[in-house]
Amino acid sequence: MAGRRIMDADEIRRAVTRMFHEILERNHGADELLLAGIRTRGVPLAERLAQHIQDAENATVPVGRLDINLYRDDLSERPRMRIRPTTMPVDVAGRTVVLVDDVLYTGRTIRAAMEAVSDLGRPLRIQVAALVDRGHRELPIRADFVGKNIPTRQMELVRVRFCETDGVDDVSILERGGV
Amino acid sequence: MVVAATGDARIFQSDAPPVQGRRRHVLDLDDFTAGEITATLDNADAMRGVLERDVKKVPALRGRVVVTLFYEASTRTRVSFEEAGKILSADVINMTANASSIEKGESLLNTGLTLQAMGVDVIVIRHPHAGAPHLLARTLSNVAVINAGDGAHAHPTQGLLDLHTARAHLGGIAGRKVVIVGDVLHSRVARSAVWGFAGLGASVVLCGPPTLMPDPFVPQGWGTGTGGNGISNPLSEVTVQPDLDAAMEGADLVMALRLQTERQQRGFFPSVREYIRRWQVNDDRMARANTNALLMHPGPMNEGIEVSSRLAHGERSLIQEQVTNGVAIRMALLYQLAGATGVED
Repeated sequence: MAGRRIMDADEIRRAVTRMFHEILERNHGADELLLAGIRTRGVPLAERLAQHIQDAENATVPVGRLDINLYRDDLSERPRMRIRPTTMPVDVAGRTVVLVDDVLYTGRTIRAAMEAVSDLGRPLRIQVAALVDRGHRELPIRADFVGKNIPTRQMELVRVRFCETDGVDDVSILERGGV
Repeated sequence: MVVAATGDARIFQSDAPPVQGRRRHVLDLDDFTAGEITATLDNADAMRGVLERDVKKVPALRGRVVVTLFYEASTRTRVSFEEAGKILSADVINMTANASSIEKGESLLNTGLTLQAMGVDVIVIRHPHAGAPHLLARTLSNVAVINAGDGAHAHPTQGLLDLHTARAHLGGIAGRKVVIVGDVLHSRVARSAVWGFAGLGASVVLCGPPTLMPDPFVPQGWGTGTGGNGISNPLSEVTVQPDLDAAMEGADLVMALRLQTERQQRGFFPSVREYIRRWQVNDDRMARANTNALLMHPGPMNEGIEVSSRLAHGERSLIQEQVTNGVAIRMALLYQLAGATGVED
């Protein structure tokens, strides 16, 4: 089912472009940055942000991959049977770690990701970047960088697709159970 | 369920069909599909990443209780289950039993029921009798059972760690030639390894003194019907070659089994000296295998008997690697049974 399309490929590109500028602006450049993509779709988003920063500033920002299944705490974000490696190309200690995810919802994924990063070392600070903020937070967590705020009902699902993982770039709202 | 005695080894056949959907117990590899084995090895890769951290602790099994119930001696298996559970933040309780005072039957089941009533989530059991873990699994409705070795029947977590180690170092299992040499008759390690390696498409050669080989091998009670991969019986691909020099030709991996020297008294082989001469894995014999062939041993090792000391501590030996991977595999299994929900991406 197609659902209601909220963003197409061009809108995603423009949102990502604005996000990388904001990340650089807030952090006064790319020094000591580490982009940590939360598996699955946080990873391609983090890689795109890093590529933009490379093109714009000629600065290479390391991209890590976080699997947070071993840190989940609740039933709405159920741990999955498949766990994949968490990889960080550099030590997180002393870095500004930007957690990157496709959708920010209850905040529980971000809480788990903060715990996962903290187990690897002591970052200087942690920030959050999400392509879509759909509201309904259950924890005192907010995004530092947002591609688009999309008001939703809790029974709805936000589906983000990226070329790298799904062959197409778009964001849609689906009725729960409709996928 | 068939329990058959061969010599003093008790072989148990579970006739288990491949598990569909979420697995509750790990009793042997014969009910694992190739896909489930591969998924478990992938999870163990991720667990290796946790083991290599400075802080080896993740909260995945917080609030879960794991009991190790060992009716037989063990060092590495018990300790690695304990370490795996603790790294995943489970509470781990170790129970040992004196094998001489406990018979299979009511007392085992009552122990299991008691542990279940206490709210235990996972029981890891080692027992001298084949089939004891199966009995426990059928009795307990609320506890996951992991077989850590039952008689001469099965040692599935050892089989999985062997597969994990082999896959990482050979780059794959399918099409590889694996030689298992030694006391196959009494070896639960060999039985689980055969299911796993053959199920993933390796060609398996069994080697050893004819008196220590199930004879005939396949009609041992586990050569009928379809195997765990549900496609064909992987055991039909297993061959027996008593001459180790011949078996080594073209081998990618050699697994030496522990020689239970007490069995010499029972007349299974004439002397340790003759065993060494004909079946010890050493440099000369490794030279007949493929250039990058590797050595494994499940431990505990009689150094200088099954394997020459030089080889055991040389660069072709994966023995220490097996021990590390044993922790990772047990973390993966505990997570799959007690932590994950079975929801796939």
